Amino acid sequence: MSSLELYPQDEKLPRGEHVAFNLYMITALLLFVVMMLLGLTMRMTQADWTPVQAAMFYKVMTMHGAGMVGTMSLASTAVMWFFLRKYVSLHLWAFMSNYVLFMLGALCIIWAVFVGDFASAWTFLYPLPVHSMGLWSNGAAALFMVGYLLIGVGMLLFYLDAAAAIIHRFGNLGRGLGLQWLFGGEIDPNHPKAVVASTMVIIANSLGILAGAVVLVMCLINAYDPEVALNALVVKNLIYWFGHMIINATIYMGVIAVYELLPRYTGKPYGVSRPFLWSWAASTLFVIIVFPHHLLMDYAEPRWMLVMGQIISYAAGFPVFLVTAYGVLTNIHHSGLRWTMPSMLAVLALFGWAAGIVPAIIDGTIGVNRVMHNTQWVPGHFHFYLLLGVLPMVLTLLYHVVGSRRRAPVNSGTDRAGLLLYVVGGISFCMVFLYAGHMSVARRFSTHLPEWLPYDQAGSIAAMVLILGMLVFATRIIVGLLKAPIDADPAHPAG
Amino acid sequence: MIFQNVIWAITLTGMGLVALGFIYAVTQAGRPADAAEAARAHRTSTTLRRALFAALLLLGIGIAWASLRPFPIPAQHAPLQAAQVVDVVGHQWTWDVSQTHLMAGEPVEFRVTASDVNHGFAIYAPDGRIVIQTQAMPGFTNKILYTFLTPGTYRIMCLEYCGVAHNGMTAELDVAARGDKS
Repeated sequence: MSSLELYPQDEKLPRGEHVAFNLYMITALLLFVVMMLLGLTMRMTQADWTPVQAAMFYKVMTMHGAGMVGTMSLASTAVMWFFLRKYVSLHLWAFMSNYVLFMLGALCIIWAVFVGDFASAWTFLYPLPVHSMGLWSNGAAALFMVGYLLIGVGMLLFYLDAAAAIIHRFGNLGRGLGLQWLFGGEIDPNHPKAVVASTMVIIANSLGILAGAVVLVMCLINAYDPEVALNALVVKNLIYWFGHMIINATIYMGVIAVYELLPRYTGKPYGVSRPFLWSWAASTLFVIIVFPHHLLMDYAEPRWMLVMGQIISYAAGFPVFLVTAYGVLTNIHHSGLRWTMPSMLAVLALFGWAAGIVPAIIDGTIGVNRVMHNTQWVPGHFHFYLLLGVLPMVLTLLYHVVGSRRRAPVNSGTDRAGLLLYVVGGISFCMVFLYAGHMSVARRFSTHLPEWLPYDQAGSIAAMVLILGMLVFATRIIVGLLKAPIDADPAHPAG
Repeated sequence: MIFQNVIWAITLTGMGLVALGFIYAVTQAGRPADAAEAARAHRTSTTLRRALFAALLLLGIGIAWASLRPFPIPAQHAPLQAAQVVDVVGHQWTWDVSQTHLMAGEPVEFRVTASDVNHGFAIYAPDGRIVIQTQAMPGFTNKILYTFLTPGTYRIMCLEYCGVAHNGMTAELDVAARGDKS
């Protein structure tokens, strides 16, 4: 069980780790702001408030999607690393290799989009990348895919290092996941939740990234040798396996911050239990096989896969609602919780995750998907759990770290005002998407029908409010991370 | 009642229940419990979680059963015996529709494919709501069976991003009342 001490010694960041952590998180915060501004540009274009042409709109859309998924991965990887390094021996070179490869990959993607005019959406559904009607070259498509490959290789390197460290400490990945206690035996109360969650991510996301690597290499070969034709349905399956996995892994990495930090603010222990271990074991399986729910409108897909997509979508709700969200609620109930920025963000994060998957699960029903698929219902639910779930998980850790530098949790009026803007803007932004989705407003349209404009305008205003909140967070945290000298506190010397 | 409105109401209810759970816990968070209270709360919480598990399990099984029987997607490898058959091919960025004048009240089989990239074949009713959709994929034919209940002009829109003119890829279907030969 993790310590209830607010700022334990084993979390201090020696010089190299301090630099690495700051690089990850400051890069991520800046990218989040830029990507949000790109998102706002899209909403304002749809609202007919900015004169962005269709070609530029779809480039912005591609960059926003790829950029947000990548940045969420980058930031949540840093969350996982921050806590996992306390329990197993991780190599800094692996963590930094991931960062360097991410940046190289990001440069490739930015070049492909804004110089090469590549605009195939972040999901690059075959054969669109090589069938642009002359708008971009095969070279631009290839550069985009090479960018993805670089990012994937970086993540795999980090996971391999983490897997080796977990195996070294616990014997095998199954024991890291706590499978030995599923059916009985006395659970080690000190078995870290961070190790359970990290093991799950290593197993599931490595498979997803490998699926992505396979499909990227296939598409690259096809780009230069069209004779090697691909099966569009097989490619789509692999892309969604990769895409679903990589974005969902951000939740499972991010939630480690809540598991680790919330009990310190409530003062109530939050140990590993058998339902907890069952939920993570089940989630490991569910998250790997749930991706067919992205293909419910592909009627050529084998029927058993469509049925599996729906049923596993439902089943995936159990661990979230009954274990993680419920566990957090019982942990804060009658706890004497200190309401500071980290604790408020942690509770918000779990709410965002739990509430955001309600429309996701409902859309996992084939009959519902038939009228909701590719409407704004889809960005509605994933923005809900990303903006109000995963990002607050990352911010929970960041505010905690900034507080640790001065030995007191951050709780200023400015930060609280930022949180208010973020919550009001974020919930409004997502609910407008969901409302528009149920009104059948299509997603990924550069120009909207006149009757859709009121939703776009409301969404744009909500996005502005949200971004104001994010600007407060980003500014305060970046200043906090940069300002604090490593050796400022004699009780907290750099190692 | 419009199906999407039902979905919206169910979603708001579900999200509202989640919000209520959080609001309750948050309002109770500030007062630490003593040992006896904590033990009582633990017992209650365990019982409640078991009840919730059972309720959600029954709900999930019930909805899955009801929503998958009959299977909501028609047989893809057998004749559908529809009175009206429409072949649809998606191209960047037009729809090739073999027949645009249809009759309400009689089933229509749409055979949907694409010549180049993925498209999304969605039919919008005159009230602006989607009534049915499927993917249009190169190399595959997805079959829809749909009966128009209301006459009017239905709009076909592409719902899978297919390139720069994606949002302009539209077509229309004229659905006449049964017996209306005009």
